[in-house]
Amino acid sequence: MTGPTLTLEGVTKQFGRVRAVDDLSFTVRPGVVTGFLGPNGSGKTTTLRMLLGLAEPTSGRGLVGDRPYAEHPQPARLVGSSLDPGFHPGRTGLAHLETYAPQVGVGRARCREVLELVGMGDFGDRRVGAYSMGMKQRLGLATALLADPPAVVLDEPANGLDPEGIVWLRGLLRRFAEEGRTVLVSSHVLTEVQHTVDEVVVIARGRLVHASSLAELAASAESGTLVVAADPAGLARLVADRGWTAEPEGAGLLVRGIPAAEAGAACFAAGLELHQLATRTEDLEAAFLRLTAVPEVAA
Amino acid sequence: MRNALLAEHRKLVSTRLWWVLLIGMAGYLAFIGAVMAFTFTVTADGAEAPLTGVDAATATYSLVNAIGYVFPLVVGSLSVTSEFRHRTITQTLLVEPRRTVVVVAKLLATVPVGLALGLVGVLALVATSAPLLSWRGDGAFLTDPEVIAVLVLGVVTTAVWAVVGAALGTLLTNQVAVVVVILAFTQLVEPIARTALGAFDAVAGVSAYLPGAAADALIGASLFGEIAGVDLLPRWAGALVLLGYGAVFALLGRLTTFRRDIG
Ligand SMILES: Nc1ncnc2c1ncn2[C@@H]1O[C@H](COP(=O)(O)OP(=O)(O)OP(=O)(O)O)[C@@H](O)[C@H]1O
Ligand SMILES: [Mg+2]
Repeated sequence: MTGPTLTLEGVTKQFGRVRAVDDLSFTVRPGVVTGFLGPNGSGKTTTLRMLLGLAEPTSGRGLVGDRPYAEHPQPARLVGSSLDPGFHPGRTGLAHLETYAPQVGVGRARCREVLELVGMGDFGDRRVGAYSMGMKQRLGLATALLADPPAVVLDEPANGLDPEGIVWLRGLLRRFAEEGRTVLVSSHVLTEVQHTVDEVVVIARGRLVHASSLAELAASAESGTLVVAADPAGLARLVADRGWTAEPEGAGLLVRGIPAAEAGAACFAAGLELHQLATRTEDLEAAFLRLTAVPEVAA
Repeated sequence: MRNALLAEHRKLVSTRLWWVLLIGMAGYLAFIGAVMAFTFTVTADGAEAPLTGVDAATATYSLVNAIGYVFPLVVGSLSVTSEFRHRTITQTLLVEPRRTVVVVAKLLATVPVGLALGLVGVLALVATSAPLLSWRGDGAFLTDPEVIAVLVLGVVTTAVWAVVGAALGTLLTNQVAVVVVILAFTQLVEPIARTALGAFDAVAGVSAYLPGAAADALIGASLFGEIAGVDLLPRWAGALVLLGYGAVFALLGRLTTFRRDIG
């Protein structure tokens, strides 16, 4: 199975004076899990709604394979999706699935099957009004999986899931990717999906700020060196002479972007007595925060 | 389209709403049937019954519309508004992005439930009124061809009301608002308008184009008509006017709510 490629081409969405998504372009390839990341309100859900034909882009377009989602004859067979799913509280979980089954092109047996798949086999005959948040999240996933689709687009699918559910979901998405399907999952927490995704697309304030493999993102995580010298004033002079950027940390300075070897050699040459020389690597979380931070206005 | 219809049908019958309203409609019409038949048959000594003979029978049986139409209207409109209220419309449009197909399927899917409401409503009405009419009045006339037409068209009209309700729901998607509008219009505005317009010759003809009057025309009998002495449209014209309301509502709904971003 090879899933369709999902493409966003210069998509912009303007809500009155708010530009929720701003000239956003990226591609989601089959065979890998792509994480779509950004802080709250950065435009993830809006982007996915435009990709799936629920909202009209102000400009640009989203494609599933070679054409927009809505132009496929039975699009839900191609892309299974779950975007903030709503449920009628008076309908049973099974009845909820059965109302969408005809247009997805599956029978009632498949509805039972996906309920089993998401661990809800025992609750299909209960009204959704009595479901917990995690049960609703699972029912939303079951709806997305009805067609056994070659592509899945899930908006914050881990919300409300218990740890066991998260591990299960992770396994499912990994398996989908291995089978060659296209998998796009959004999240506002990188660390939540770092064990699941291969590719990351990071947006902030509606704009693309980073797109690469997770490994490249990790490699790009900034490193620096913590230097603690017997003579702090001498160290400060050295940092200024070299034009390094540094900030105080404990008794010493954290020098950004300079490997320990280079910092140590410079101190040695300057005759500074060192008490500590340590490499500091930014973790993924910090890298994510740096990428999505509101840019400081240059003073 | 077949799949969309099946989906919409399942949505309608998978919640309690429709049979709760079915029971409500049956109970209400059984009560009204008894009251009306009583009014026509039990009169003070010497007083003339307001309607007699076959006219009393058809006027009573036509109440499935004049009194009962609020039920199919609510069932129809809620089939659309509940999707917005519970945000299931998102999934509906994900599986069927062609919004015209969604709207048309919603309109048509109310027909079977509308027919069920009509059938049960007419049976309830007849169950209480026919015995009274034949016991104290001039008869129930249940084999009279004109009466049979009224009964059958009463069922059909109820189904058309369900369609009109769904059409109204596409235009006015707020569930509370649509129920308030339906109750206010059917229980207050239209009865007053029909009576008031009927009182003035210059505008009396206009009242025949009100939706309830058009539905009475389709049935071919009307308590209002008999009492206010206002002429109804011919049957075919009544049907066209009523369907026209549905078409206009649905078209406006398609061009407004269903053109915007949803979900
Ligand atoms: N229908 C709408 N009308 C007006 N503004 C909207 C609408 N939908 C979204 N927005 C705005 O667009 C921006 C992006 O919202 P969006 O829901 O896409 O963010 P998100 O990345 O999904 O956030 P979260 O992580 O909280 O889910 C926000 O500023 C939001 O207020
Ligand atoms: Mg969101």
